[in-house]
Amino acid sequence: MAKVFVSTVIGAPVGQVWPVVRDFNGLPAWTPFAAESRIEMGAPADQIGCVRNFSLKDGARLRERLLALSDYDFSMTYSILESPMGVEDYVATLALKPVTDGDRTYIEWTAEFRAPAGNDQELVTFIGQGVFHAALQALKQRFGG
Amino acid sequence: MTVVRVRRSAVIDAPVATVWALLRDFNAHDRWHPAVASSRLEGSRPVDQVGGVRAFRLKDGSFLREKLIGLDDRARRLTYCILEAPLRLDGYVATLTATPVTDGDRTFVEWVSRFDPPEAEAGRLTRLVAEEVYEAGLTALQRRFAPPVGAARPVAAANRPTVPAPPALRPLTSAGPQHSAFETVRTETAPPLSPVVPTVATDGAVRPSDDGEPTRPWGPNPAREEDGMEVFTVVRRAEIEATAVSGGRSADDGPRALAVARSATPLPRPVQAQGLAAPPSPGRPAAGAIEAQAIVVSRHGGPEVLVPATVSVPPPGPGEVRLRQTAIGVNYIDVYCRTGFFDLLTPPAVPGMEAAGVVVDVGPGVTHLAPGDRVAYACPPVGAYATARTMAAALVLKLPAAIDDETAAAVLLKGLTAEFLLHQVHAVRAGEVVVVHAAAGGVGVMLCQWASALGAAVIGTVSTEEKAALARRAGCDLVVVHGREPFSEAVLRATGGRGADVIYDAIGRDSFTASVAALAVRGHLVSFGQASGPVGAHDIGAFASKSATISRPNYGHYTADPEELRAMAARLFTVLAAGTVQPLISTRLPLSAAAEAHARLEARATVGSTVLTV
Repeated sequence: MAKVFVSTVIGAPVGQVWPVVRDFNGLPAWTPFAAESRIEMGAPADQIGCVRNFSLKDGARLRERLLALSDYDFSMTYSILESPMGVEDYVATLALKPVTDGDRTYIEWTAEFRAPAGNDQELVTFIGQGVFHAALQALKQRFGG
Repeated sequence: MTVVRVRRSAVIDAPVATVWALLRDFNAHDRWHPAVASSRLEGSRPVDQVGGVRAFRLKDGSFLREKLIGLDDRARRLTYCILEAPLRLDGYVATLTATPVTDGDRTFVEWVSRFDPPEAEAGRLTRLVAEEVYEAGLTALQRRFAPPVGAARPVAAANRPTVPAPPALRPLTSAGPQHSAFETVRTETAPPLSPVVPTVATDGAVRPSDDGEPTRPWGPNPAREEDGMEVFTVVRRAEIEATAVSGGRSADDGPRALAVARSATPLPRPVQAQGLAAPPSPGRPAAGAIEAQAIVVSRHGGPEVLVPATVSVPPPGPGEVRLRQTAIGVNYIDVYCRTGFFDLLTPPAVPGMEAAGVVVDVGPGVTHLAPGDRVAYACPPVGAYATARTMAAALVLKLPAAIDDETAAAVLLKGLTAEFLLHQVHAVRAGEVVVVHAAAGGVGVMLCQWASALGAAVIGTVSTEEKAALARRAGCDLVVVHGREPFSEAVLRATGGRGADVIYDAIGRDSFTASVAALAVRGHLVSFGQASGPVGAHDIGAFASKSATISRPNYGHYTADPEELRAMAARLFTVLAAGTVQPLISTRLPLSAAAEAHARLEARATVGSTVLTV
């Protein structure tokens, strides 16, 4: 299994960051790459098992299923059903923790997957840098760094 | 019932591996948490053994015990609970987690706990835990790892690998010239020696800390008392050479032709290997050289690197003596030489610094010894694990008839240590209160016996009940078992609040602060070893509160002068002959079983001295 781990610290309380991140249908609102998103079957975005169907600005389309969501732990886990990346058994988790020193937020985004094409390292770099890191930096900017 | 949850977290400006290396050491909190004055692990367990209990004292004087109930190097998470505390932190369980912040190569540290305080005290206890424990600790960590002012931290790539990196190990180097009086010459093409890999596998000797200082030189050994003393802090080359020179050997003797015929390969061989079957030295034996069987450290490593060899022992040069040895003392320093922790031996070379035997012949200028004399020695350089050797004569002592060879080999080093500790570092007088830490250990037993005979009131500290019995037999008037109660309180209570006149402390890091607390006004703390780790930095201003004297004696500095050494030995031999001080030899093995002797010593399977017989 290939693994990706990216984390940062955001200069805002977890109570402000979490509502943004927990919206499973909200990627276009905070990531630089998502264009539009909807939840299939008209389900609520926080219903476990719901599927988000979203497009990227480059036109690609992905479908991801919400596997777990905890407002207690500030964490969300989802899997990829369809994507242009050629990954299998892809499960990712976004988790926030309060940094009580300064009332900030620690956020980590991790993923595990298999890459049948053998291009694990390439995908790790792409997902880590191009997706997770880029999104977290945008989130950071949104809250003033 | 009120359940309280506390969570405090902070970002530390250092890589997670660095921060975790410190946090995962369950006994290191007195090095980083400002509220902790001193801490020790009960039973001297490894710092990362789940189930281990740390007994510690806060700077406000309160005493706590906490148990490690979970440790995860992959998640970098440590969980512990409170066993004993002066406050009602009932059901307290806490978890410390270190997580990488890949953006900037920093570390997110989170400290969370839950406990069930009495309702009325919930607010106060919650604040205490949150602020005085967690916030204070996290702030101290931030300061400890704060980059120097003006130093820019490199920003790491966003997706750093997150495999838990093992903490950096201190390299164990063995570079430098051989310090034996013999030059060891390899005269055949030996298989390449393994590089000196920093290893903690067999000896557990060096546990790294973030700043590279060895924090657990005694590693996971369960009972430290036997070898708590540190007889040769002499690991610096200059000191060794000074000893050699004062021992009568001129510095420019040049290499001596002791050819060590390496027996086959340095691969592990059975301990019971019979016959020391190496061929005679094919080297350049000096005229008149004799052959001897020896045990050679083939390379730094575990007991298996001790291999038999045949060596050539040259006739004595000026100031030298050649000995046939009959009994060889095994000391923990030999293990350090074997593993490379002390830089006293460069493989391949013969280890050992203590033995007894008979003089074969003496070189020019040696007047205090003659062929046929029964002798013993306890001094560097290494080379004792052999049936014969040639060495500087100055520190070789004649044995009186009342002292047999095995006794001499077993007790000379420990006994001379006890001699200078009780007569020179601090001259113990009748009526004084003397505390001996590790009172059941090799030096500890002799200190207790001898101090008691001098008329002192002796208080011993030990780690177990079995050792307490041994300490009582050694003459302790009072024995304190560590972990029951802080020993300083026991000492103060036993002395009506006055404290001890002198404390002999070879435990080091775990006991130093408590020892200072147990001293009387104008008391003397003699720190002569650091079985639990380095004593560390202390503010000497604080010693003014008791006008305390602190000594840090070094065996080499008290035993380097031949005249003084003979006077010390005479005093030791007198008390040995009178039975005032009685050696405890528990392990006798043939020289060929040196590897087994080391294995037993490291497993702490021995009580008392170990002697190899020829």
